Amino acid sequence: MENGTVIVQSEDQVIQHEAENVRTPLLEFWRKFKKQRMAMIASSFILLLFVVALIGPFIAPYSAVEPDYNNILSPPSMEHLAGTDAFGRDIFSRIIEGTRISLFVGLSSVFVGAVVGTVLGLISGFYGGRLDSIIMRFCDVLFAFPGILLAIGIIAILGPGLGNVIIAVAIFGIPTFARIVRSSTLAIKATVYVESARSIGAPAKRIIWKHIFPGTISSIIVYFTMRIGTSILTAASLSFLGLGAQPPSPEWGAMLSSGRDFLNTAPHVTFFPGLAIFITVLAFNLLGDGLRDALDPKMKD
Amino acid sequence: MFRYIVRRLLGIVPTLLIVSIFIFLFVHMIPGDPARLVAGPDASYQDVELVRQELGLDKPLVSQYFTYISNLAQADLGTSMKTKRPVFDEIAARFMPTFWLTVWSMAWAIVFGLLIGVISATKRNKWQDYTGMFSAVSGISLPSFWLGLMLIQLFSVQLGWFPTGGNESWTGYILPSITLGAGVAAVIARFTRSSLMDILREDYIRTGRAKGLKENVVVWKHALKNAMIPVVTMTGLQFGFLLGGSIVVETVFSWPGLGRLLIDSVSFRDYPVIQAEMLLFALEFILINLIVDILYGVMNPQIRYE
Amino acid sequence: MNNKLLEISNLKTFFFVDDGQVPAVNGVDLYIYEEETLGVVGESGCGKSVTSLSVMGLLGHTPGRIVDGAIRFKGKDLLSLSEKEMREVRGNEIAMIFQEPMTSLNPVYTIGEQIGEAVKLHLKYDKKKTTEHVINMLKLVGIPRAEEIINEFPHQLSGGMRQRIMIAMAMSCNPTLLIADEPTTALDVTIQAQILELMKKLKKEKGTAIMLITHDLGVVAEMCDRVVVMYAGKVVEEAEVIEIFENPKHPYTKGLLNSIPKLGQKMNRLDSIPGNVPTPANMPVGCKFAPRCSQVMEICKEEDPDLMLVAKEHKCRCFLYQNEMAREAK
Repeated sequence: MENGTVIVQSEDQVIQHEAENVRTPLLEFWRKFKKQRMAMIASSFILLLFVVALIGPFIAPYSAVEPDYNNILSPPSMEHLAGTDAFGRDIFSRIIEGTRISLFVGLSSVFVGAVVGTVLGLISGFYGGRLDSIIMRFCDVLFAFPGILLAIGIIAILGPGLGNVIIAVAIFGIPTFARIVRSSTLAIKATVYVESARSIGAPAKRIIWKHIFPGTISSIIVYFTMRIGTSILTAASLSFLGLGAQPPSPEWGAMLSSGRDFLNTAPHVTFFPGLAIFITVLAFNLLGDGLRDALDPKMKD
Repeated sequence: MFRYIVRRLLGIVPTLLIVSIFIFLFVHMIPGDPARLVAGPDASYQDVELVRQELGLDKPLVSQYFTYISNLAQADLGTSMKTKRPVFDEIAARFMPTFWLTVWSMAWAIVFGLLIGVISATKRNKWQDYTGMFSAVSGISLPSFWLGLMLIQLFSVQLGWFPTGGNESWTGYILPSITLGAGVAAVIARFTRSSLMDILREDYIRTGRAKGLKENVVVWKHALKNAMIPVVTMTGLQFGFLLGGSIVVETVFSWPGLGRLLIDSVSFRDYPVIQAEMLLFALEFILINLIVDILYGVMNPQIRYE
Repeated sequence: MNNKLLEISNLKTFFFVDDGQVPAVNGVDLYIYEEETLGVVGESGCGKSVTSLSVMGLLGHTPGRIVDGAIRFKGKDLLSLSEKEMREVRGNEIAMIFQEPMTSLNPVYTIGEQIGEAVKLHLKYDKKKTTEHVINMLKLVGIPRAEEIINEFPHQLSGGMRQRIMIAMAMSCNPTLLIADEPTTALDVTIQAQILELMKKLKKEKGTAIMLITHDLGVVAEMCDRVVVMYAGKVVEEAEVIEIFENPKHPYTKGLLNSIPKLGQKMNRLDSIPGNVPTPANMPVGCKFAPRCSQVMEICKEEDPDLMLVAKEHKCRCFLYQNEMAREAK
């Protein structure tokens, strides 16, 4: 009985101690982050986007798919805030519907890229040696295909479609995550506390997940956020090129692409979807900048 | 310096090797029978077998790879499935428009990126800095196809100053190169700012001021030359994104370049052309990185006099 | 010799940071005679470097601003000069060398270019004459192979050589005042002695006045004519060099002198001053040194003493002597 109480007490202390350790950097982060007005505005906007993505169909004034041949290509008005497209569909409603697609594509592709890249980076940095050089060579090769080209190549293999766009953009993000995680892993590995955990004889897996991975989280979060913007942009570009979402999908890039033919007569068909992409990507980039300044001031672009 | 260059040259060999293997395997990665793909969906069984033999697809992979490399060495990139012309000729005809487009875009991007970056760094936390950095983050967030279409709408359709597409006259270059360069200018501006701000804290900057030099001389001569060393490296990387971005911009402006050829080929499933273009883009990118590495050495006396 | 070349009176330089203002220099009075070497001594953070940057007008790129006081050089008020006029003074009439020779030279320009820049600017020499002058300056500061060194880059030279280059650069336009901020601190002991020797030689040949900022009393004894001791942004004692060493008045100066190990003296441990320099957040109300002072009195905790004359050419900021002077007056 007595013994038991002692253990409980010490566990309490341990938990308390850990809680303090976790809370202080979080508070410190919040203190720095809330000073950045642009990032605060951006994060509220992103919050709004998520709400729109969730309840979109309920708040959209019109159907996103039903054609209305009486209202073809009508310019923005009180009735149709962003005008209508070639099938008379309300562009504003379609943009609301498309929010879900863009956020899903952006988040899921970055998430997949981040998970694979992080695991590769951790392994590469922790074990070093031949495994490290193989993984880094692999990253070099992925890096050798500039920008969107890698994604186009992957789509050329897999075929067009939104699902394949997600895969392509995810692969495109792997090497960058791998490199960032690898360099933080190397830095953390060199610090004393990992050394001591190692000498006690903790298994490698435990050291990686308990000691190294938490140290890399802040750069992963920063990069994750910055990458979402790029991914949404890349995915929209691919849809614009006809390699991603296909009409009549209300994906923003595809909507914009279908408006190209009416640029002379109805520029609003291309203007509003593009504006939606721009503001969304801008919000994620501003948030990423703010997170970087608050979490990791040493990290450069 | 000579040793430095040789080391860099040797450094790209493994990358080249692996890239070539990847691109060689490209056709094999496509689900389905590559011979069927190359021959086209309407080809008869005999035709497919003929193509298989012609391309050596019946031989082991390793020997196929060596055939591929030796063909490459003879500038034999295969035949376009769409036009039935040699892929090499297809690409050669499209090379220059893309080359000039990227060069022009880069020129814009460097001039404006540096200017905004330097002004932001020297006017830190003043309105110039905030304006510059907000434009830069906007530039990074702008979808280039949207920017391009809006520029066409404004300057070509409304004002009629520039053609809506094509490269027949020099005015045709203006809108596409601005569209393509905007994002890169933004990245250069951000990077120049942070690099220059680091340098402006250095002791030798104080030395320069203590000499009685004008602030402009301190910034543009003493600080910028040091700040440029990392900026050049980063700008080289942006060249790659420019090559990628050209695909989108060429589509917007109906530009007869490599980017549009690639998109057309992807839609047509013209695999020999896609394969050759992937190789070309990758080679270009590797080459540019090599040049940047060497430039880095030239700019940095510590490496130059190693 | 008895003309005051530089006179700083009641200089207050504050740093403006997020959490408020920090009085880095808080009412400094000091002067330098022509052709004199003045030592400015104190622990790091006492305001000695900020004083020198204030004289040079180089605060513009720091959060520091001069809020009060005057700096007169050759009779003209430096604080009233425009930036353009100030540039004529900087590097020309007043030159400066810094603590870190390793990082004080620009890594991407040659030595010749960096020295020649000031020469062209202030002496208006043409290219050929500039090169000649630079080579002569390098020879003057004892650099071998001067003709080759002008085409070399800083990273090819050692720390001692670089500090010689810095001195050559500073002296190249024949300044009347040289401000040397810890010029030997970052160097090896043997190199230190060479650099000090060089500065002495140049001073003798050119008649340049030197404001030597240091925390090393050994350097002061070696080089200076007069000494100013600073503490927490203020001058606490000022006297001729022999007077300071033989008859220190301020408890802080005494503490500094006692912290130097002496040969042939049996000591169990170095006699250092207890405590630390006060931070701006806990700056004492009265005498800034009171919390660390072994002879602290009640009045020290409430009032800040003035700098007063305690002997001929010897000033001290301490209540111990106020009473003494008062008694003498009676």
